Formats: sequence, C-alpha cells, structure tokens
Amino acid sequence: MTPSIAQPALPADWRDLVALTKPRVMSLVVFTGLCGLLAAPVALPPVLAFTAILCIALGAGAAGALNQWYEADLDAKMRRTANRPLPARRMDRQTALHFGVGLGAFSVVLMDLATNHLAALLLAVSILFYVLIYTVWLKRRTAQNIVIGGAAGAFPPLIGWVAATGQVDLMPALLFAIIFLWTPPHFWALSLFVRSDYANANVPMLPVVAGIQNTRLQILLYSITVAIAGIAPYALGLTGLIYGVSAVALNAIFLFLAVAVFANRAEEVSGMKPERRLFAFSILYLFALFSAVVIDHWVIA
Amino acid sequence: MNPHPEDEVLRRQRERARLMAWLLGAFVVLLFLITVAKIGLNK
Repeated sequence: MTPSIAQPALPADWRDLVALTKPRVMSLVVFTGLCGLLAAPVALPPVLAFTAILCIALGAGAAGALNQWYEADLDAKMRRTANRPLPARRMDRQTALHFGVGLGAFSVVLMDLATNHLAALLLAVSILFYVLIYTVWLKRRTAQNIVIGGAAGAFPPLIGWVAATGQVDLMPALLFAIIFLWTPPHFWALSLFVRSDYANANVPMLPVVAGIQNTRLQILLYSITVAIAGIAPYALGLTGLIYGVSAVALNAIFLFLAVAVFANRAEEVSGMKPERRLFAFSILYLFALFSAVVIDHWVIA
Repeated sequence: MNPHPEDEVLRRQRERARLMAWLLGAFVVLLFLITVAKIGLNK
C-alpha cells in the first residue's frame, strides 16, 4: 500500500473510475460468465440473464478497483501499469476504495435480488478471493500467486451457470477448471516478456524467482493440464461433436505454441516471439473454446 | 491544464452528477423489469 502517493486536488474524472474496473479484463470475464449462463440447461428470462451478467461485470470491476487501490505502489513501478489512475495521481485512494467496496456490495445484492442466493454467494467469494487471497496475501509473497489466484478469474462461468440453475454441476466445474489451469501459462507467457517490470517492483513472479527456462517448462506442463481439462467435457459426454472437434483443434494449437515456448532459449525480450504468440493465442483460445461450448449446447438443444 | 481549477472541479462534478442521474434512472427501470420477470416466473 502507498500512503506516500501524493493526493490530487481535483475530483476523479468518471473515465478514470471506469479505468479502475479494468474494462479489458472485464470483457473476458463477461464473456465466460455469459457462456456459463447460456450453456446451462435452464433458460432465464432475458432481463434476469442480463442482470446476472451485469452483476458479474460489476463484481469483476469492483475486484479490479480494489486491486488497484491496494497495488498503487506496485503499479507505479511498472511501465505497463504506471499510467493507471492511482499511480498517475489522477485520483485519490479513498475514492478508489469507496468505489470498489460500493460497486462490489451493489453487485452482490443485485445478483441475490435477480437470481439466487448461491450465485450471489459465489460472486461475493470471487470478489473476496481476488482481493484478499490473490492481491493482499499471495501476489507479493509467492511465485504460486497466479496458480492459486487464478481461481478468482475462473468463477464467472460457474456463477453464470448457477444464476440460471441454482446449483453447481459437473459441467460448470469443468469450465472453472479450464480457466483455473489456463491462467498460469497465460500469465507466465506475459511475465516472461515483461519480467523486468515485475523484478523492479519486487513481485515474485515465476520468471523472476525460478528463472526463464523453469518458467517455460511450467508453461508446457500446465498447457498439458489445460488440454486434459479442455477435452474432458467431450470425453465425459457432457458436450457434442462440435465442442469435441473445437477443443481438440484449439488444444493442439495451444500445446504446439507451448512447445515452441519451451524450445525457445532466448533470454532477451526481443527473442521472445513464441511467448508473445502463446499469450495472444491464449486469449483467443478461451474465447473460441467457450464459444464452442455455447454453440454446441444450442445445436444439441 | 485548465487555468481555472475551480472551473475544472465544477465541470467534473457536473459530469459525474449527470452520469449518476442516468445510472440511477437505469437502475430504477431495471428493478421494475426484474420485478415483472420475477412475478412472471412465480405464476
């Protein structure tokens, strides 16, 4: 935390409040939450479905705001994040804290009102997990921060499903597992080519603590687990052929790119094209795989 | 940078107040629609 960061005199611009919610991260959260909701065997009335997704988005925004509130000192040390509202001194920390807490509480209450208690509980757990377990507890202490903290980002499809059905089933648990296992190779690929940022900020990301080659090995190993989790819904008979074919193709590309990362010996950022490729593809992978879940469900239905 | 900081403060407060008014209005409409949908579910 940074009580030392100077406080601005002007009230925060509303655009900076929006920036505090990490809109780009939110897009992936909203998409996976929507897919969880659309893949569920129960269809919610459109207005309730819309509200459920809105609550997932607001909850993710609240978690992002509280993350930025707590990490303003770290963000100030990293090029990638130095222009965020708090480190750039366009907003005072109290505004960010109030905004994050208010938005989080509002999203949980609204979710409870529109859908069910379990969905609201899971939303609250996901926000608290991201803020307390990942941001406050793990991020600055262990190289496993992303591994355990990845659970926070894996909640949205589960919440979407539970908002529609009111219960946790095997399929949303597998969707949770896919994102949970996907998070480490996704973030470690990024952290390889921005590792100097993490090193300067004293964040114990794996490349900083365990070295570049070890991180590449871990990326490959986790990519294998991603493939197993990705193909499991088809192998267990929970999805049809559309998902099965998509999952095999997408995971084959993911593994191929992970092998390329593992085979890379470059130590300089300029030689880390395989890492950049894997990072970019990992985002596309998640969008495509979750789209396949929904398309497959609709075709079967 | 605005040469009159108090003007900038007022501008930002006005923008935020206007946005908040729209959001509150949207929230009221959403609550109404949620209520209608819930009544429909319970029929």
